[in-house]
Parts: sequence; structure tokens; C-alpha cells
Amino acid sequence: MSKDQAPAKSYKTTNKKKEDDDPGKLIKPADQLELTEAELKEEITRTLTAKNPHAPHNIANYKFHEGAYKLTTVVNHMAVHLVLEGCLEYQDFDDSQSVTPTEELTEDATREEGEESDEELSFDGGEEEEPAEDDIPIPEPKCTNQFNFIERASQTINNPLQGRSCQTVPPPRCNYYATACQWNIYDVYMAELQKQEVQKQKQKEKESDKNKKKMMLIETPSDDITQVSKSAKLLERMVNQNSYSEVAQDFKYFEDAADEFREQEGTVLPLWKFQYDKAKMMCVTALCWNFMYPDFFGVGLGSYDFSKQGRGMLLFYTLKNSTYPEYIFPTGCGVMSLDIHKRHSYLVAVGFYDGCVCVYNLKNKAQDPDYKSTVNNGKHIDPVWQVRWQNDNSLNFYSVSSDGRVVSWTLTKNELVFSDAIRLALDYTVSEGPEGIQDLTNASGTSFDFHPQIDDLFIVGTEEGKIHKCSKNYSSQYLNTYDAHNMAVDTVKWNPYHSKVFISCSSDWTVKIWDQDYSAPMFTFELNASVGDVAWGPYSSTVFAAVTTEGLVHVFDLAINKYQAICQQPVVNKKKTRLTHIEFNPANPVVIVGDDRGSVISLKLSPNLRKKPKGKKGRDLVEGPEAEVAKMEKLLSLLRQPEQSIVFK
Amino acid sequence: MAETGEADPEEVVKKLAYSFPIVRHTDMPEEMKEEAIALCISAFEKCSNNNENTAKMVKDSMDKMFGTAWHVVIGESFGFGVTHEAKNLLYMFYGGSLAICIWKCC
Repeated sequence: MSKDQAPAKSYKTTNKKKEDDDPGKLIKPADQLELTEAELKEEITRTLTAKNPHAPHNIANYKFHEGAYKLTTVVNHMAVHLVLEGCLEYQDFDDSQSVTPTEELTEDATREEGEESDEELSFDGGEEEEPAEDDIPIPEPKCTNQFNFIERASQTINNPLQGRSCQTVPPPRCNYYATACQWNIYDVYMAELQKQEVQKQKQKEKESDKNKKKMMLIETPSDDITQVSKSAKLLERMVNQNSYSEVAQDFKYFEDAADEFREQEGTVLPLWKFQYDKAKMMCVTALCWNFMYPDFFGVGLGSYDFSKQGRGMLLFYTLKNSTYPEYIFPTGCGVMSLDIHKRHSYLVAVGFYDGCVCVYNLKNKAQDPDYKSTVNNGKHIDPVWQVRWQNDNSLNFYSVSSDGRVVSWTLTKNELVFSDAIRLALDYTVSEGPEGIQDLTNASGTSFDFHPQIDDLFIVGTEEGKIHKCSKNYSSQYLNTYDAHNMAVDTVKWNPYHSKVFISCSSDWTVKIWDQDYSAPMFTFELNASVGDVAWGPYSSTVFAAVTTEGLVHVFDLAINKYQAICQQPVVNKKKTRLTHIEFNPANPVVIVGDDRGSVISLKLSPNLRKKPKGKKGRDLVEGPEAEVAKMEKLLSLLRQPEQSIVFK
Repeated sequence: MAETGEADPEEVVKKLAYSFPIVRHTDMPEEMKEEAIALCISAFEKCSNNNENTAKMVKDSMDKMFGTAWHVVIGESFGFGVTHEAKNLLYMFYGGSLAICIWKCC
């Protein structure tokens, strides 16, 4: 409603005035218009419209699109007289918008206002209002922002910060104090110069003395050892002799008193036994006494077995030291024979199973022979059964072997020179082969011996059982042949006194004594076992000893008993041991016997075994070699007389 | 005898003037020692009369090579007492009359 009232008056005051003063009196305000009656009767029409009288008829707005002011006739005629904000809410309000009540209302309000006009927005910032406090705990509803989006935020756990600090140990420190002055410096320099001079001198001396010093170093240890070795050797001998003192006493002085009661028999007393560890597997194949040193002898070790040929060894023992050999020479091949030179007793000739012949020099400390025969050098093809030095002063020796050759070897400065002395032919009748080739087969020589007086005469025993008498001068023919044995002749030996007598032994169990003029043996002895070796006693022409495979030593003295041994004694412990060799000591009444276990036994002959012929009372005793010869001759003549054969003298 | 005695040291001094460095005392390891000695000799030869420059050169080079805080003293007549890091001291003579002491300490 619009009232046509020009002045704005306080209504109430006018009302009050009217009532207070006069009930019928017309009160006129001071500033009321004074109108004439004509004007008062005028009719003025008034109409009520819905239009806002204060609203302008048109509004001019700046339109940014056009960049000019434009009139808009559409004018908003609403006039807001009163605004009351309520605190009531609809129950059926939309659940999706789960907002706190107050916030909802304010948001609605702001939304509505925002839709109508921008100017009349009363932006309360409803979001910032505190949520209503509720007594009952409601799960917190989602809070969306004005764009209906929900913010989410979270905070991870931050590791707590920790403070650390450290202080390192400062590097170690030292103090040093010195004075630098001219005299100190000078002194130091002088000292340094002197040092340098001394060093220079030393170097000069060192260079010149290096060689000398080296030599000294090398010599001194060996000198020490050799000095020790001599005294060690002496000590060893002393100890051995002390421990075997009884044996030594026996060797020297023992004479078996029981021999007085045994008429014709004698015994052999075992003395030392010589053994060497490494030689236990080997058989004693050769024995030889040293003439210059009668306590010294050599042992050759090898094997008689054809199929079991291995290494060999050459040992030299002395009676003074029975436990260990003086010299040891290991050889690649079995030793078959051995001979020590009578005058140059350091020269040893050795024959091997492979046909090789060597000469060892005992003066040399080397283990190798001085001389060795080679295939080019006339080496034998078969085992060398015997070697013998020549009796003269020349360095010459002979060897006999199964290949039928008797070879003479000479030692020159550098090498062995050989020459065939004789070839042992089986028979000298030439048998022509298919194409007229002379077919000469050789006999196999097994032993030989030089005549003690006649130099170029020697006898050879063969495997066929024959003994040939040969001369060095005649190389193609024998002087004589004796059908000695049924099996191989193992040993032939000349009698040391009687020039015509020699002895032979064989594996056919016999020992035979021959006179070289007669084709039949003078004496034959059956020993019931294969005879390995036989040897004449050097002190008597009628004494000889033989060893057999049964382990027995037979000693014969023809002057006492022509038919039987005056001593038959087993010498070895084990019955299976075969005795292979025997040798008489040239000076003492001792024999050494070798067996097939690599050991050598020394035996002392009892007095009965070495009897010399008793001189008749009143007559001068004829001693010496002539006596021996006469003794033997006497024996032989007894045999010869019934035969009535030609006697050569 | 006296004259010859006097003549000899002079000759010796003349000889020593061009002579070799002698290490009087050191506890450096071998490599470090050799390098330091070589460095000193080259420095001496470069700045022959000026000890300060020599010392400066040596000190700078040692700092670069082996770490900070080296101290170098060169002279002909002085006494000294120093605290140094273990195995980092070199005291040597050179040229017959000069003494140089190098040590490291922070």
C-alpha cells in the first residue's frame, strides 16, 4: 500500500496529541498545508498497485559483453521488509546431504540467496560455524564441501628425530726437539762420508773373497763329516769287537781241545756271520779273499735262478767289523764271479749275469766301476761264471762264460781291451751246413783256473761235464780233455803245491781229484748232494773242503783219510739253505762259506783239520812246499802203481 | 799439521757444499719419506737463496699431497721442539749447511 504522505511524520506523537488536548478539537500540525475550501473539495483518485513505488522504472547496467550501458526495464519489485532466520528443519530432508543442522540451514540459505541475486547474498561462512553439540555420540557424518566433494587427508607416522654426536680421537702426536747448527751438520756429514768409504772397501773385499768364501763353505762341512767318519769307523769296530769279543778270542786262540780225543776227525767252529740287510734276498755267488789284507774279503751277490734275475751287489767285509760291510757296491745285474788282484788289492774284477765284466777300484769312492765292458767291447752274451786276474804284474784278467768264450781283458788307461783267448768248441769236427757254412757250436764254460806255476796253462770246466786243459798260446785247440762229470762242472782248481793235480766238483754229487796226465780221476768222493764249490787248503796239499746244497761243509785230508771226509758239519741253521761257495783264508785257519740267503759264515778249522805231517824223531822236518808236493806224490803213487800207466814228471 | 788440518775441513766444506741430503731423523713411512725428500731437494734447487720461498713451496706441496697443516722450518742455526702427528716428521740436512724440519700437526 502506498500512502500519499509527503512528510514522514511520527504517527504516534500526533495520535497522542490528539487524544490528550481536546476530544473534538482539530489539531493542526505546524507544518500542515493551508488549503482553500475549493482545494479541499477536490477529489483525488488514489489507486493501489503492486509496484514498488521506490523501485526505479528502468535500470541501466553496464554490459561487459557490449561494453556499454544498457537499460533493463525489468526491474525487481520485491521489497524485503523482514527477514527472520529460523532454526527448524524438515524431517524429510534429503539424507544424502548429511550435514549438521545449522550448517544445512545456512547452506540452504546461502544457496537460495545465491540463486536469486548475487548482491543480496549474506555469506555467513556457515562452514566455519561450530557443529551442534549432541549428547548422544553420532558417527561423524561425511563432510562435503560446497562442490559436494569430500576431502580426505591422512598423516603418516614421521620417524622421531634423534640427535647424535661424536668426537673422534685425534691422531697420535709426538714431540721432537733438536738443534740445527753448523757444527752438528758438519759432524753428521763427516760420519756419513766415512761410512761410505768403509762400505766401498768392504764391497771390494767381498768381490774378491766371494769365491774363496764359497769354497770354504763347501769344504768345511765335508771335512767335518770325514773327520767324524774315521773316528766313527773306529768306534764301530771297537764296539763290534767288544760285543763279539768271544768270537774274536776264538778266532785267534781257540783250539778245540776235543780234537785230541777224536782220532781223525775235526770240527769247524762257527765264528762270525756276515749279513747285510739289503742282501738278504740274494744268493752268494762269489767269494774272494784279499791276499794283501788277509782279514778282508769280497762277496758277490746275485742269483743262480735263471728266471729270478734282479739286482746284484758287491760287498767287502773285514773280519774286524762283522756287522757291516766296508764297501758296498750295488749293481744293476747279479754278480756271478769276483776276483781281487793279488798285488793291486784295490782292483776287483767282477763278472755279471748279463755277460758284462767290470773292474772296480776300491780306492775310488764312487759307486761305479772304473772299467766296464760294453756290447761293442767284447761283452759276453751269457753269464760270466768266472774271472781271474793274471798272476803277473800286468793288469790283465780272464773271464769265462756260457757263450763258450774265454776272453782276456787288459786294462788300458781309459777302457777295457779284450781279446778272445780261446773259443770253447763242442767238437772240432766241422759239420757243414746246408750251404757249406761251418757250424761251430760252443761249449759253455763254467769255471777255470790258472796253473799256479805255469803261467799260460789253465783248465776250463764246461757245462757238458768236460774239463779242458788249455794254453793261452793255442787258441784253437785243447791240450787235453777229461770227461769229468755227468753234469756241469762247477769248479776246477789246481792244487797249490802239486803241479799236476787239480780238483773238480759238480752238481752230480761228486768231487774228483785228477792228475793231469791221466784221463781218469785219482780220487772220487760221493757227497750225497750237489756240490757247490770246492777249495784247496792253502797250507797243505792234501786238504780240501767242499760245500753242498744240504748245508754241509766237508773237509778232507787225503793224508789222513783217503776215502772219507774228516769233517762233515752242517753249518747253517735252516735246512733249506744251500751253501754256494767256500774259500780258505790265505793266512789263518779260517774258511768263509757263502749261502743262498746272502750271508757269509766264517768258520775256524779245528787243529785236526790242519795237521802237518809229523816228522819222525831224529830226522829233520822237511817243511814247505816240497814237503807238500812229496806228500801228494806219495799218495798218488800209491794209486798209480796198480794202473801201470806212464808217469810224466 | 795444523795448516793441513785447517786446509782439510775447508776442502771438505767445499765438497759438502754440493753434496747430498742426509736424513737426520724421521718416522715417516718409506714412500712418504722419499717423496718428501725429493720435494725438498727440488724446492731447494728452485729457490736457492730464499729460505722463506723454499719453505712456502714445500709446505704448500705437502699440504696438497698429504693433508692440511704442515709446518716447515729451514735454516742454518736454530733449535726447535715440536709436537707432531705420529709418523709425520722429517728432519734432514742438505747442502752441507742447511737444515730443514717438516712436520704435520693440526
